[in-house]
Amino acid sequence: MKAGALAEEDALWAAVADPTRRRVLDALLERGEATTTTLAEELPVTRQAVAKHLVVLDRVGLVTSERHGREVRYAVRPERLDAASEAMARVAAQWDRRLARIKQLAESVQAQTELHS
Amino acid sequence: MAADRIEREIVIQAPAEVVWGVITEPSQISRWFSDEAEVQARAGADGTLTWKPGGRGGDREADMTVAIRVVESEPYSRFSFRWNHPEGTTPDESNSALVEFSLAEEARGTRLRVAESAIAAVTHDEDSMAAYRESHEHGWGKHLGELLDYVASEIPSEAL
Repeated sequence: MKAGALAEEDALWAAVADPTRRRVLDALLERGEATTTTLAEELPVTRQAVAKHLVVLDRVGLVTSERHGREVRYAVRPERLDAASEAMARVAAQWDRRLARIKQLAESVQAQTELHS
Repeated sequence: MAADRIEREIVIQAPAEVVWGVITEPSQISRWFSDEAEVQARAGADGTLTWKPGGRGGDREADMTVAIRVVESEPYSRFSFRWNHPEGTTPDESNSALVEFSLAEEARGTRLRVAESAIAAVTHDEDSMAAYRESHEHGWGKHLGELLDYVASEIPSEAL
């Protein structure tokens, strides 16, 4: 993987690591699209906080924004969300592999012990 | 589940002390994790994990060494460590990922759980994150399909 792609994936990851941002994403997914004001009404955070989180999400491409007259409506970009969950799935798969290896090693050690006892 | 925490588990047909040995002894760690390991199963102990060219590090050209610090070590029960913090720094939530093993004896053997969290923390330092990803992706292969056969073929029989 190229350094640029790495940095991009890291930013994506950091963006979804924040619990409030995940709630913003959840709320957006539920509504399809929403403005900062409607999101703030739904979530236990201020409008300013929601706006700040939306900026981060927008920057990494997890949400899109569109201006309709005086208001800006946000929506989730599902393909980017998939990329973030894939990154987590990869880490999980690595641990599955390590656990399988640990299992094999421990069971072999145990079989050997039983043979000699 | 938090977005930057994963948890996995497996049941092993062996007593907890055998599983404990595999996850904490350097000579065993180098069979399932890195190619070389300097680790002491003692809370606060600093160590290193090294991936070698041609080893699990895959086609890398030079050694890659990652810092590790043991957080908890309760024999046969809990073993946790932080890793991937920049060399010479004190690992904490902001600069390292936390790996926690827990072992529980059951009728059929030992249930081994592992959780890795604060993975996003290591993104603050791009170099260490790159190394982290590299160790994961090249070291363990990207494809999910090859799993068990791969594991079976990778463990030398004389080692067992």
